[in-house]
Order: sequence, then structure tokens, then C-alpha cells
Amino acid sequence: MGLIGEIALQFCQMALVVILAPAVVGLVRKMKARLQRRIGPPVLQPYRDLRRLFGKEVVLPENASWLFRVAPYAIFALTWVAVALVPTFRTGLLFSWCGDLIAIVALLGAARFLQALVALDTGTSFGGIGSSREVMIASLAEPAMIMVVFTVALAAGSSQLSTVADFMAHVGGLRVSFAMALVALIIVALAENARIPVDNPATHLELTMIHEAMLLEYSGRHLAMIEWATALKLLLYISVIGCIFFPFGLITTGGGGPLAYVLAIAAYLFKVIVASLLLASLETAIAKMRVFRVPNLTGIALMLGLLGTLLLFVSGGL
Amino acid sequence: MTQAFAFDVAHMFAGLLVLVSFMMLYQDRLLPLIDALTLHSLLLAFSVAWQAYVQDKPDLYVTAFIALAFKAIIIPMAFRRMVVRMNLHREIETAVGTGITMLIGIGLVALSMDLMLRVTAGANALVREDVALALAVVLLGLLMMVTRRNAISQVIGFMSLENGLILAGTGARGMPLVVEISVAFSVLIAFIVIGIFLFRIRERFDTVDLQALDNIREARR
Repeated sequence: MGLIGEIALQFCQMALVVILAPAVVGLVRKMKARLQRRIGPPVLQPYRDLRRLFGKEVVLPENASWLFRVAPYAIFALTWVAVALVPTFRTGLLFSWCGDLIAIVALLGAARFLQALVALDTGTSFGGIGSSREVMIASLAEPAMIMVVFTVALAAGSSQLSTVADFMAHVGGLRVSFAMALVALIIVALAENARIPVDNPATHLELTMIHEAMLLEYSGRHLAMIEWATALKLLLYISVIGCIFFPFGLITTGGGGPLAYVLAIAAYLFKVIVASLLLASLETAIAKMRVFRVPNLTGIALMLGLLGTLLLFVSGGL
Repeated sequence: MTQAFAFDVAHMFAGLLVLVSFMMLYQDRLLPLIDALTLHSLLLAFSVAWQAYVQDKPDLYVTAFIALAFKAIIIPMAFRRMVVRMNLHREIETAVGTGITMLIGIGLVALSMDLMLRVTAGANALVREDVALALAVVLLGLLMMVTRRNAISQVIGFMSLENGLILAGTGARGMPLVVEISVAFSVLIAFIVIGIFLFRIRERFDTVDLQALDNIREARR
């Protein structure tokens, strides 16, 4: 396949994630509603929300700076680039050479920085409290994420996601380090996506909200961009967990015929659906914890990541 | 069965033992702590049984059985009764800051790996890994005894330390059966003695918090 084909595949990847992301949010909401014996909105509701928000007029706070208007697009773009670098149906895509795990963490960090900054920009108290909490959680979750990256990178010999996925697809046997890294990564994903033990994505109660508190001033297409970016981030973590720890169905280097691609995309969709169902049942089963207990949770993630890295040195003895 | 698979399973059990040691460091209530000890001993029993299978040494099965019966069933049950009778099951123990303890624990694990990987450089991978992780479990048990103020959780730390010793003993292909049994019984005796002591301490001072003993010694001086 020539360069055109490679570009087309990379484009497919970008389109796939950006189109799929709202559906994941809708699926999780629907599943949660069903588990609580409600009917719930249809799975495609987030798309309708986005369409309606794009059609609405934008209301800007009086003392907002230019940053307020630029940030939603920048956040969306940064998140989109990050998620486009994660192998979903095939490793070794055209841009996979820059699909470094550390680069992805940095892209997400930049998006979060912008978000916290614009929440402070309007000068409201909720924006301030939201960004201070967000930054607290991020500063605790990021080291854990980096330890997970170290664990898989040490094992695979590279922090490039495609290489890691290739390595994981061929490794056999049980590795306790990877189990620990998986649990740590799941905790980090919950904390970073403001899911239930850390933050409730459905609430607008001032005392508890973290992520939502930063978006209160946004409306119209700006809000739509940020909501979409949030959905993309959730899909990103699901994809990362899928391609590192459950790399079945991925087309590794070389590629195959059209049937292989259909199968690979089907496998990816299957992984996403299973992850959404697991997330929904987890969120129904446990309660939100107090904000001041969150450091304990992320501390566990950090400890698991560290322990995973350490145990890797022992298992490397064979 | 390949050597790699045997190694992976042994590695998994030993690694989980270290993880449960951390769980014990993290717990500040007594009943979940006893549950963690049960899990610890259960994992030890599985690990030893796996070693017996891999090394083809049937007498290690006896060790596994002793670990299962005494340490995973009898001792936790006795502990539970003791805690309920002393009416300690609702209390939260003020351990030295959990975060700092965990960080020290990670440091100890790193230390034991670094040391053991250097010392046993020529040995079999299975032995190296078992001994390194066993040293980590022992050090974590010691750390637990150091950081806790409650006598019962110190005893639990001692039990987990002993689990680490058995892990090391089975991994190193030494330790004849007689030694095993005598060690197991001596631990049981130690446990009984400690139990009697605990009740005596409590009768005398109305608490099992060892800080109180220190205070009394200070007052007498």
C-alpha cells in the first residue's frame, strides 16, 4: 500500500474516534440508566445535544479575554491529536512514530492546563474551585500514569504505543507487573475522566463537582467543543487500555486485506462496548468519595505503578 | 509445561504476596487487617503448593497444608475472636501517616530487589525472584511492626514477616520437613503466648496500645 493508502488509514483512524466518542458517552449513560431501572436517553442522544449546541448562540461573560474563545478549539484539537495517535484497529499507522505514550500524556496535560486556565479567566468562584480541584487531582494522577508508562515501556523496550501493542500482542504468560499497571491505569482513567469515585459527571451540585464547575460559563458551540473533547478523552483512555492490555484483533505490521480491517474494527468496537458496560456497572456499584479521599485512591494507583515497575526488574531475570 | 510458565505463576503468587503486604500497611482497621492476613497466608499456601509441584518435592505440600490450616484458618479465627472480645473491632488505629509508610515500603521493596539481584546473580531465576520478593515481604512485615502502636497489629506484622520467611525457605530448595514443622509449631506457640500476653496487658493497663506502656515507664522514672 502506497503513501496515499497510509494517509487514508490514518484519516480513517481520526474519523473513527471522533465519530465514535459521543456514542460511548451515550452508551455509558444508557447502561447506567438501565441499571438504575430507568429507561434513560437513547444512545445517540449526545449527537443530538452536540447538534443543538452548535446551532445555539454563544453567550460570552463580560470580562472574558480572547483566551476564553480560543480555548475550546485548542482543547478539542489537543485531545483529538492525542486520541488519533492511539492504535485502535491497526498498529504502525503513518503517524505512529510520534505516538509516544509520554507525548500523549503531555498533550492531555496541555489540554487540562488550558481548561483550568480559562476556568480562572472569567473570575467566578466556581471556576476557581473547579480548576483548583482539577489540578490537585491531575497532579496526583499524572505520576501514577507516568509509572504505568514506565512499566509497559520497560517491558516493551519502547514507549511508543504501536511498539508496545505489538509487543503485548506477542507476549505470553502471566505478568503480575502488567496486572498492577492495568489496575493503576484504570484508577488513573477514572480520576482523569472525572468518573464516579472521583467526580460525578451527571451532577451539578456545587460542593462535589470538579470537571463541570469549570464549564459553567460556556455555552453554544464552545460548550459543544468541550463536551466533545471530554468524550474523546474517555474514548482515549478506553483505547489505550484496550491496545496495551487487550491487543487482540489489532492488525500488526504488514496489514491484511479488507476483511482483516473489518474484523479489526469489529474487535475494537467490541472492546469499547465491553469497557463502557464495565464502566457503567462500576459507576452504579460504588459511591462517589469525598474530595479529600481522592489522594488515597490515586496514591494506590501510584503505588501499584511503582510496584509494577519494581517487580518487572525481578521478572526480567529469566 | 514450560519453564517460563512455571516461573510466571510463581512470580505472580510472590508478587501478589508483596501487594497484600502493602494492603496490610494501608489498613487502619483491625478486622480488614485480619482479612488481609488471611489472604496473605492463603497466597502463601498457593505459592508453596506451586513450588512443590514445580520442584517435584511432595514434602512441600505439607508446608502448604500447614500454612493453609494454621495461618489462613486457625490464627485469623482466633484473632477475630480476640478482637471482638476486647471490643476493638470498631476502633480505627492511628497508624503513622499512611502515605509516608507506603513510600517507605516502596523504598524497602526497591532495596530488597537491588540487594538480592546482586547477591544471587548466578542463581536460578525462580530462586532469585522468590528470595528477592520474600525479603521484600519480610521487610514490609518489619515496617508494619515498627509503624503500628496497637499490639494486635504488631502481631499481625510478625505473622506476615514469618510468611515471608517461609516463602524464602521454599524458594531456596532447602529447609527439610522437620524444620518446617517445628517452625510452624513454634509460630503457633508464639501466637498463643502473644495472645495470653495481650490479655494480660489489657487486664493490667486497660488498653493494648503500646504507647500506654511507655507512658507508665516514664511515670515510674
